[in-house]
Amino acid sequence: MIISEQWLREWVNPKLNTADLAHQITMAGLEVDAVEPVAGEFSGVIVAEIVSAEQHPDADKLRVCQVNTGAETVQIVCGAPNARVGLKAPLAVVGAVLPGNFKIKKAKLRGVESQGMLCAEEELGLSDASDGLMELPTDAAVGTDIRDYLMLDDNTIEIGLTPNRADCMGIAGIAREVGVLNSLSVCEPAVEAVTQTIDDAVTIELQAPARCPRYLGRIIRGVDVSQPSPLWMQEKLRRCGVRSIDAVVDVTNYVLLELGQPMHAFDFAKLSGGIVVREAAGGESLTLLDGQTVELTGDTLVIADQSGPLAMAGIMGGEPSSVTGNTQDILLEAAFFTPELMAGKARGYGLHTDSSHRYERGVDFELQRKAIERATSLLLDIVGGQPGPVVEAVEPNDLPERKPVTLTRKGIRRVLGFAMEDAQVTRILDALGLTTSPTDEGWVCSVPSWRFDVSIEADLLEELARIYGYDNLPVTRIKADLAIPQRSESRLSVRRVRRHLAAAGYQEAVTYSFIDPKQQQVFDPDQQPVALKNPLSADMAVMRTSLLPGLVSALVYNTKRQQPRVRLFETGLRFETAGGELVQTPTLALAITGSRGLESWADDRSVVDFFDLKGDVEALLAGAGAAGNLQFKAAERDGLHPGQTAAVLRDGEQIGVIGALHPGAAKSLGVSGDVFVAELDLAAVTKAFVPAFAELSRFPEVKRDLAVIVDRTVASDDLMQNVRSAAGTYLTDLTLFDVYEGKGIDPKRKSLALSLTFREQSRTLNDEEVNQSVQQVIDSLEKNYKAELRG
Amino acid sequence: MENLAPLAEEAKAKIAAAEDGQTLEQLRVDYLGKKGQITGLLKGLGKLSAEERPEAGAKINVVKQELQALIGERKAALESAALNAQLAAETLDVTLPGRNASVGGLHPITRTIERMEDFFAAIGFEVVEGPEVEDDYHNFEALNIPAHHPARAMHDTFYVDDSTVLRTHTSPVQVRVMESQEPPLRVICPGRVYRCDSDLTHSPMFHQVEGLLIDEQSSLGDLKGLIEDFLHAFFERDDLSVRFRPSFFPFTEPSAEVDIQCVKCSGEGCRVCSHTGWLEVMGCGMVNPRVFEYSNIDTNKYTGFAFGMGVERLAMLRYGINDLRLNFDNDLRFLEQFV
Repeated sequence: MIISEQWLREWVNPKLNTADLAHQITMAGLEVDAVEPVAGEFSGVIVAEIVSAEQHPDADKLRVCQVNTGAETVQIVCGAPNARVGLKAPLAVVGAVLPGNFKIKKAKLRGVESQGMLCAEEELGLSDASDGLMELPTDAAVGTDIRDYLMLDDNTIEIGLTPNRADCMGIAGIAREVGVLNSLSVCEPAVEAVTQTIDDAVTIELQAPARCPRYLGRIIRGVDVSQPSPLWMQEKLRRCGVRSIDAVVDVTNYVLLELGQPMHAFDFAKLSGGIVVREAAGGESLTLLDGQTVELTGDTLVIADQSGPLAMAGIMGGEPSSVTGNTQDILLEAAFFTPELMAGKARGYGLHTDSSHRYERGVDFELQRKAIERATSLLLDIVGGQPGPVVEAVEPNDLPERKPVTLTRKGIRRVLGFAMEDAQVTRILDALGLTTSPTDEGWVCSVPSWRFDVSIEADLLEELARIYGYDNLPVTRIKADLAIPQRSESRLSVRRVRRHLAAAGYQEAVTYSFIDPKQQQVFDPDQQPVALKNPLSADMAVMRTSLLPGLVSALVYNTKRQQPRVRLFETGLRFETAGGELVQTPTLALAITGSRGLESWADDRSVVDFFDLKGDVEALLAGAGAAGNLQFKAAERDGLHPGQTAAVLRDGEQIGVIGALHPGAAKSLGVSGDVFVAELDLAAVTKAFVPAFAELSRFPEVKRDLAVIVDRTVASDDLMQNVRSAAGTYLTDLTLFDVYEGKGIDPKRKSLALSLTFREQSRTLNDEEVNQSVQQVIDSLEKNYKAELRG
Repeated sequence: MENLAPLAEEAKAKIAAAEDGQTLEQLRVDYLGKKGQITGLLKGLGKLSAEERPEAGAKINVVKQELQALIGERKAALESAALNAQLAAETLDVTLPGRNASVGGLHPITRTIERMEDFFAAIGFEVVEGPEVEDDYHNFEALNIPAHHPARAMHDTFYVDDSTVLRTHTSPVQVRVMESQEPPLRVICPGRVYRCDSDLTHSPMFHQVEGLLIDEQSSLGDLKGLIEDFLHAFFERDDLSVRFRPSFFPFTEPSAEVDIQCVKCSGEGCRVCSHTGWLEVMGCGMVNPRVFEYSNIDTNKYTGFAFGMGVERLAMLRYGINDLRLNFDNDLRFLEQFV
């Protein structure tokens, strides 16, 4: 809502400068977004009249004008197409300063002297564009300073109203607030009933009273629509962001801005029969004032006559019945439409108008008669005409209910944190129109027809608090019973996981939860992702079923910017549909590429491989303390290299996947270089255990190394499992310390070197026992893997 | 015996001239060994008379001990020189960078959320999280935002279907807490939220931390105290001006927006604060009794307050980040500043 400060001050004029007034309004809950002067900063501009206009001898487009300034006649060279004899326009005299500190001096234009400049609106900072000189009314007094004449020492105040404050969508409402805040009474323009001079009355039928319980109409015959609205009205409208159209539209807009009542005027000659307010019938359509023709849906409320819809109620008028230059008789309308039943209707047609905005939030349902009288009297002054009686159709039972609201002193203390004095309570509420009647515990307040946001005690408390001033409320501290919360030791915090990864050189990324469906398909072609009905763009259209596409994209973003080494992780939800149910799983993902170490004198310039990432995953899971039950099994996943992918299992249950990006996927994601990724269920990563101490053996350990040659296809982890079970209980530690393929070995075979550690809890093992255990291992490997001992 | 003195002189000179341990050892053998020359003199004592023997023996022993001591000294000196030479040879350029000093770091959003959590956890708030694809009821209706309420227009919502949305705030988590726990309650709910809006100052995904307190005693005064304390702690400035402005949220009544004095210009007016001197940093208010009714909380017994803030906004103010989109580009040059 944009208002003119002067207009507001006509209603209520506190002794505050503009900035203080804006601050006061803001702190009362009507946030001032901007205060702008209504005109540029200028001086030395007066009302002047062109008394002659001759063609410039040396320039086609210039004219040499003699201009009456009231004191003298000066010569002005002017290029405006509308510079004509008799025109009154602003003149910047020699010595004037225009916006932008543009000083007006005597000048010669193509050899002809010019003693000043005739001005367009744009040049005075009154509008952004203009196509000629500003045309002033013929009765403007020549010689008057234009700032005084147009009352330009004014500001527009833009207020960002919250949806609950429909009552402030007019000067009247804001004035009411300013009055209460400054304990001033509001000086409302007197609105008196206009006496009818003709008997012509329209019939009004409310066929949908729940949606339109009140509708008022008045015929005015014999109007002269060619009369422009007065400059003061045009200026007020302009300052409130409304363009002047013609006198009738201007007056309805004026009343809208002043009182907050949307109004409409029909060309009465184009109506057939009386007004019917009803829901649209199937198949009806209407050409709106903005030129578009819409098919009306059955839940649309229309203002109709006998031949069909005239206007979309409370949203926009129809083009065929609109007032034009030829209009002689008009029908003025002022109605109340039920807010809840207006909500969303305009949006359904892609429309949003000043009317729909107000009706959806709530227009004072007692305001219509006043508004129509106000509009009538303004109109008669401009366009003349013969007013008929005001016809009102009303369904009282369908008007909004206003139940009294109880307020208690206890409630005030409880919520505001202090006991407000009774006198202050009643002063504030009464001034707001929430008239108080005392009770034993406090008050009962009646709620006025303009307040749609007051129905419970909390609403009254807010009124008290905001007028009293939030900043004046006491500041206290919460008090509470402090109990120690439960903290499970077998559950790590996600924080620790993040810290672990950061310490391991990973940088945390935050990527969007919605991704490009094409990227989603790279990793999860079998999953139907959750799609947004209204995505911002095609590449943000589906919810991620995996964190990998987003994280790999973030990685690519960096490699494309010459980063030689990228290690990223992200935590967040992935969104999968399982058995028709959406599952949102906290997930951890990692992605690495590029050099293994930082570029350094000490670095061997090697690049990362699968085992770098695997090591990081193992360390992360070991950090949680359950690495012993961890297993990696060769697996496949879309988007990953079929020969370099493993399922991550803990206690036999899959908790994630790790692997190299598939060359095909890499290509489609724009990746260059080898990228390794892992994705793990966060719940599994944060699963920890409570340590249980095991007795330390005091006896020495015995170590034996063993190198065996087996087929390349043998999974080392399988073989190690086999060693563990074959070795028996003395084996306490088993390490694979070398893998060799190549010269000296059958190309289909590989050598694995194992280090076995034996120890007993209660005694020193003898050679025989250890030898026997090693032999069992050798036998088992020979039998199960056709292993040969390497000499 | 007459050659003892020249022998001693000769030995001393040789010891002093010895350049390594081996030469020194040879000298020891040559003079003091079993067949050494000094040892030989001692063995020759038997040829002397009993009267001469003690004096001569004593003289030889003096020389022997002297030579032994000199050999020891020389040996120590040589070893020390050798060690010094080794140490000199092993000298490193200790200013070279260490091996693999790679560290990662947390995203500034996480870093900020964690700080916020810590402040509230210290006074007994529990951190709770919830789903991001949320049903209409929890995101809107239970928060007193019925269908077609004009307030829904404040929320540019992403829809999955008619009754499912991407949560527009983390308030639905609070609803879930109210449904499942008995007051008194003190929770904060951090997480991702989504709004169908994207420009220089709006991201379609961003983060919020919202808080809820429900107790038998809780007032606007308590809310003001808590928020002021939090903002002072967050910006580590006790003198930071904080103001509360009436506003509107369907789920709180009374409602307030919280402004802080611009941290960039200290209230003088600058580009960051649009020359107002103030920055809007959060919304808050007393829980609307209607919201309590949805979750069956006794409005006669309990009052409560709620607050919510945008994490990106506060992180940007705290760290001076000047472009919202940097938070989601994941450019390492940006991320690495928050190690």
